[in-house]
Amino acid sequence: MNDLSPSREERIANLKGLGCSRKRVEDVRFTQGKGNYVDDIKLPGMLQGDFVRSPYAHARVISVNKEAALALPGVIAVLTAEDLAPLNLHWMPTLAGDKQMVLADGKVLFQGQEVAFVVAEDRYIAADAVELVEVEYEELPVLTDPFAALESDVVLREDLEGQSAGAHGPRRHHNHIFLWEEGDKAATEQVLDSADVVAEEMIYYHRTHPCPLETCGAVASMDKVNGKLTLWGTFQAPHVVRTVASLLSGIEEHNIRVVSPDIGGGFGNKVGVYPGYVCSIVASIVTGRPVKWVEDRMENLMATAFARDYWMKGRIAATKEGKITGLWCHVTADHGAFDACADPTKFPAGFFHICTGSYDIPVAYVGVDGVYTNKAPGGVAYRCSFRVTEAAYFIERMVEVLAIELGMDAAELRRINFIRADQFPYHSALGWEYDSGDYHTAWDKALAAVDYAGLRREQAGRVEAFKRGETRKLLGIGLTHFTEIVGAGPVKNCDILGMGMFDSCEIRIHPTGSAIARLGTISQGQGHATTFAQILASEIGLPADSITIEEGDTDTAPYGLGTYGSRSTPVAGAAAAMVGRKIRAKAQMIAAWLLEVHEGDLDWDVDRFVVKGAPERFKTMKDIAYAAYNQAIPGLEPGLEAVSYYDPPNMTYPFGAYICVMEIDVDTGEHEIRQFYALDDCGTRINPMVIEGQVHGGLTEALAIAMGQEIAYDDIGNCKTATLMDFFIPTAWETPNYTTDFTETPSPHHPIGAKGVGESPNVGGVPAFSNAVHDAFRAFGLRHAHMPHDHWRIWKIANQLGLHG
Amino acid sequence: MIPAAFEYHRPVDVTSAASLLRRLGDEARVLAGGHSLIPMMKLRMAAIEHLIDLQDIDALKGISIDGDTVTIGAMVTQAELIAHEGLAKVAPILREAALQIADPQVRYMGTLGGNVANGDPGNDMPGLMQALGAAFLLTGPDGAREVAARDFYEAAYMTAREEDEILTAVRFTAPPGGYAYEKQKRKIGDYATAAAAVLIGKEGGRVAHASVAMTNLSDTPVWSPAAAKALTGTDCGPEAIRAATEAALADIDPTEDNRGPVAFKRHVAGIIITRAIQRAWSRA
Repeated sequence: MNDLSPSREERIANLKGLGCSRKRVEDVRFTQGKGNYVDDIKLPGMLQGDFVRSPYAHARVISVNKEAALALPGVIAVLTAEDLAPLNLHWMPTLAGDKQMVLADGKVLFQGQEVAFVVAEDRYIAADAVELVEVEYEELPVLTDPFAALESDVVLREDLEGQSAGAHGPRRHHNHIFLWEEGDKAATEQVLDSADVVAEEMIYYHRTHPCPLETCGAVASMDKVNGKLTLWGTFQAPHVVRTVASLLSGIEEHNIRVVSPDIGGGFGNKVGVYPGYVCSIVASIVTGRPVKWVEDRMENLMATAFARDYWMKGRIAATKEGKITGLWCHVTADHGAFDACADPTKFPAGFFHICTGSYDIPVAYVGVDGVYTNKAPGGVAYRCSFRVTEAAYFIERMVEVLAIELGMDAAELRRINFIRADQFPYHSALGWEYDSGDYHTAWDKALAAVDYAGLRREQAGRVEAFKRGETRKLLGIGLTHFTEIVGAGPVKNCDILGMGMFDSCEIRIHPTGSAIARLGTISQGQGHATTFAQILASEIGLPADSITIEEGDTDTAPYGLGTYGSRSTPVAGAAAAMVGRKIRAKAQMIAAWLLEVHEGDLDWDVDRFVVKGAPERFKTMKDIAYAAYNQAIPGLEPGLEAVSYYDPPNMTYPFGAYICVMEIDVDTGEHEIRQFYALDDCGTRINPMVIEGQVHGGLTEALAIAMGQEIAYDDIGNCKTATLMDFFIPTAWETPNYTTDFTETPSPHHPIGAKGVGESPNVGGVPAFSNAVHDAFRAFGLRHAHMPHDHWRIWKIANQLGLHG
Repeated sequence: MIPAAFEYHRPVDVTSAASLLRRLGDEARVLAGGHSLIPMMKLRMAAIEHLIDLQDIDALKGISIDGDTVTIGAMVTQAELIAHEGLAKVAPILREAALQIADPQVRYMGTLGGNVANGDPGNDMPGLMQALGAAFLLTGPDGAREVAARDFYEAAYMTAREEDEILTAVRFTAPPGGYAYEKQKRKIGDYATAAAAVLIGKEGGRVAHASVAMTNLSDTPVWSPAAAKALTGTDCGPEAIRAATEAALADIDPTEDNRGPVAFKRHVAGIIITRAIQRAWSRA
C-alpha cells in the first residue's frame, strides 16, 4: 500500500513547475565567472584571425599588398577576395535573399567593411599584421541618406547592375531593393480622403544596434583526418548555421558540428552570418589548424548587424468622436550596403504589418521601400520580433498625434479604439489573426495603478506653474498599449533560407527518474535551462531540479531554428510540452501494466498515475521510469524517451500597458524617470521571476534606445558612435525603478497557453519613454520630434517651442 | 583594440623614472591610471615604445595637509581623494568633483596626476585646479619646478610640461568659503557637456572673493577672472549672477560633438555656471 503523504500541494511545489519563481540554474556559473564563451575556447595550435577593414564608406579597392604583413614572423596567411573567389566564397548569401561580400571584391560599401583577413600565431601578431597590409583606395561619392540614394546617379551595388528584380520583386532604381506592400491601398486612401479627421506625420525610428556585451566570434576547427569541421560561435540559430555552412562549403552536413556555447546576449545581433565566420572556416581548412576570430567592440558596432533605420510616413483617419477608420503607412527602409535583414524569407519588412497595433482599424495599407546606402548591413530584430518594435512605435506615436489633432485625451482615444475581448480571434486589416487578448482590462488596471487622473491634474498644475515662472521642469506622462506578434512561426508561411520555422524538443528519462532534454533553441541569457525544465516538470511530473536542459550543439540537439523574435517559448516551449505528453502517454501504459488495470482506469495527478476511485493505488513517474528500464512489458519497447517537432498553428500575440512618468528640465534637456509601470500579458506565466527580469532588461534597452542610443554617421559615412563613450548603454545609475504587473490571457493554440515575453518590454518601452517626452511638451504645441531624446534633442524641442525665453 | 608591442618599465623612485624618461626620450611615456593612454594605445593612435609605470613610486602617493596648504601626490587616485576625511574638511570641492568622474571602478585606477597632466579638455580636475589656483610640481633633468595650473594648459593635449618631466604633485591653498562643482553629462563615464567649478568667500553678506572655472568648453580648461570680478562685492543676487554667467560665457569656445551643437552647449554652460554659483553662494 502506498503512503499518501506528501500532500498534493507539496508534490506540486516539489516539481518547481509552471508558475514557480524558480531561481535560475544558469546563474551559479555566470555569477562566479565560470561561463564558457567563445573566447574562452582555446585549442592546441589555435591561430588567431583579424580583419583589415575599410576606413572609407564608399571606395574602389585598387590594390591590396600583403607582402609586408606576410613577412612578419608569426603571420600564416592573409586572405583577400581573390583567394576566396576560386572557392566561390568571396560573396555569401544573406538571410534576406541578397548577397554580401565576405571580403571586399573590387570596392567597399561601408566604413568598417572587411577587406582582408589576417591569420597569425597570436592575437597581437595578427593585429600588427593588419597594420602592415597596404590597401590602395579610390574614394567614391558617399550616400548615407536613403531618400537621396533613391534619386542619385551613384550606383552602390554594381554587382546588381541590369537586374531589374531582386528576391522580393521589381527594383525601380539601382539603389532600390524592393517595394513590399500589404493591405488595401485604394480602400485606405478612399477612407482618408473622406475622413472627418486625418493626422499625418513622418516618424523616424533611428538606426541603433543590439550591442550585446559579448561581441560576435567563432572558432573553426577542420580535422583533416576525419574530414569533420567543428564550428563554435555566437550563433542564435546554430542549426541554420550548420546548413548554411554546408551549402557554402560543400562539406556534407553530417561532417559539420556547430556549437553555440554560453552566449553573452544576442538581441538579434547573432542571428546573421558574418564574414568572420566564413573566413575562420576557410582559414582553418587552408591551414589545417583551429582558427579563432573574435571582434572587438568597435567592430561589433560598426560592422555587424544594426537595427531599425525606418522612416515611417503615416496617415491615420478618424471620426470626430475619435473612432479610427483607417491607417496608411509608407516606410523608407535604410538597409545599408547589403540587404542582410534577418526576417522570415517571405517577409522583407518582417512583421511590420502588425502596425495596426491594439486597435480595431477597419482598413489599412503598408508599403515598404528597401534602399541601399553606404552604411553597415543588418536590419535585425533587436530584442523584438521582426520589425515589430518599429510597428509598435509607429502606431503608438500616430495615436498620440491623432489625439492632438482631435484635442482628446490619449488614454481615452486608445480605449475607444481597442479591439474588444469578444472580438478574438481577431482578423486585422493587414492579415493577421490575433489569438487572444483583453486590452480594456489591462488598460483600466494600468490607469488605476498610476492614478492616471491624478497625474493629469498634477501635470496641468505643473504647466500653469511653468507659465508663471515657478518651475523649469515639465511633467510627461507616456502611454503605450502594444500588441506584439511573436513565435515565428507556422511552416506554411515562415522559413529562414527555406528551413521551416518549427522547433523541437527531445527528452530521455533516466531509470532513476531524472532526465535530459535537448531543444533546437539556444539561450543567450533568457534562462532556458530554468524555464524549459519547469514546462517539462509540470508535464511529466519529475522535479525541474532533476531535468537537465541542453541546447546549442547540433550533434546532439534536435534541429531547430534557434532563439530570436520571442520564439523559444511559443515554439520550442510548445515542443517541450508536447514531448512531455508523449512521455506521459507511454508512462500511462507502463503504469497500467504495473497496476494491472486498464489505461483508461488511470488518472494523471501531478506526478503520478492513480487508479480511478482508489487513491491509494498509484505509480509515480519515478516508479514508472524505473519500470521502463527493468521490466519486460508486453507490447512496449524498453526505455522512456521521445522527440517532438512543433509547427505552431499561429503566432502568439502578447500585449501590455506601459506608463512612464518623466520629469524634463527644459533648460538642460535632462530627464528623470519618476515612475515606470509595466503591465505585461504574456499568457500563461512559466516563471514570474524570470519574466520580471526579462521585463527589467527589455525596459532598460528601451530606455537606451529612446533616450540616447544610436548609430550615427557623418556626411561621408564615418560612423560617429563606434565606442561605448558615444553609444549609450545604461548602467545602474541611469536605470530607473520599474513596477511590473500582469494580466494573464492564455494563448488558445499554445499547448500551455504561453506567449513569450522577452521582447515585450522593448517593443512597449520605446514608445512609452518617447511618448512621455512628447507629452511633456504637448501643452506647448509639440506634435512630433525624432528619437533619440538625448539632452540636446530635448533641449532643441524646448528651444524651438520658445521655452528658453 | 590590440596595442602594438612596447617595453614596460616600473621604477620605484622618481629619480629612476626621470632618468628613464631622459634616456628614452620621446619614445617613452609615463603611465598613471591609464584611462586615457591605454585606450589610445589600443586604438593605435598613440605608438609608445616604452611605458614607464609610476605605480610603485611611493613618493608620488599620499595627501598632506599642512595648515591651509594641501599637497596631493600625482598617483593619488580619485577614490583616495573621495575617501580622505581631512581633505573633505579643508577642500570639500575635490570630493564633490571626483564623485562626478566616471564610475567607482575607474576612480579606483584614475589618478589626480594623470587627470591634470594629460591635457585632455574633457578631464574635470584641470578646470577645478584653475578655480583653486593650484600649482603643479614637475621634476625633470634640471631638477624640480612649479608651474601654476593657470599657466599649464596651452591647447588640447599640449601643456607646459616638458617631455622629460614628470608631474609629481599638485599643491594649493585650501579655499575658504562656499564651493560647487556642477557637471552635466550624458551618462556615467562621459565627459562633461558642460561643467563649472566655483569658489566663493562671503563677508558681511557680500562676495569677498570668488573664482570661476569651466571644463570641456574650450580646448583647454577655462578660468574666468571676469566672472569672479562680476560677483565680487555684490550680494550674489540674480543680477550679479547673470553678469557673472555672461562674463564666463564670453571666455568659452565650445565645439560641436556628439553631445550637441555649439548653441546648445553655450546655453547649457550658462545654466551650469549659474547653478554652480548659486550652490557655492548657498554654502558660503
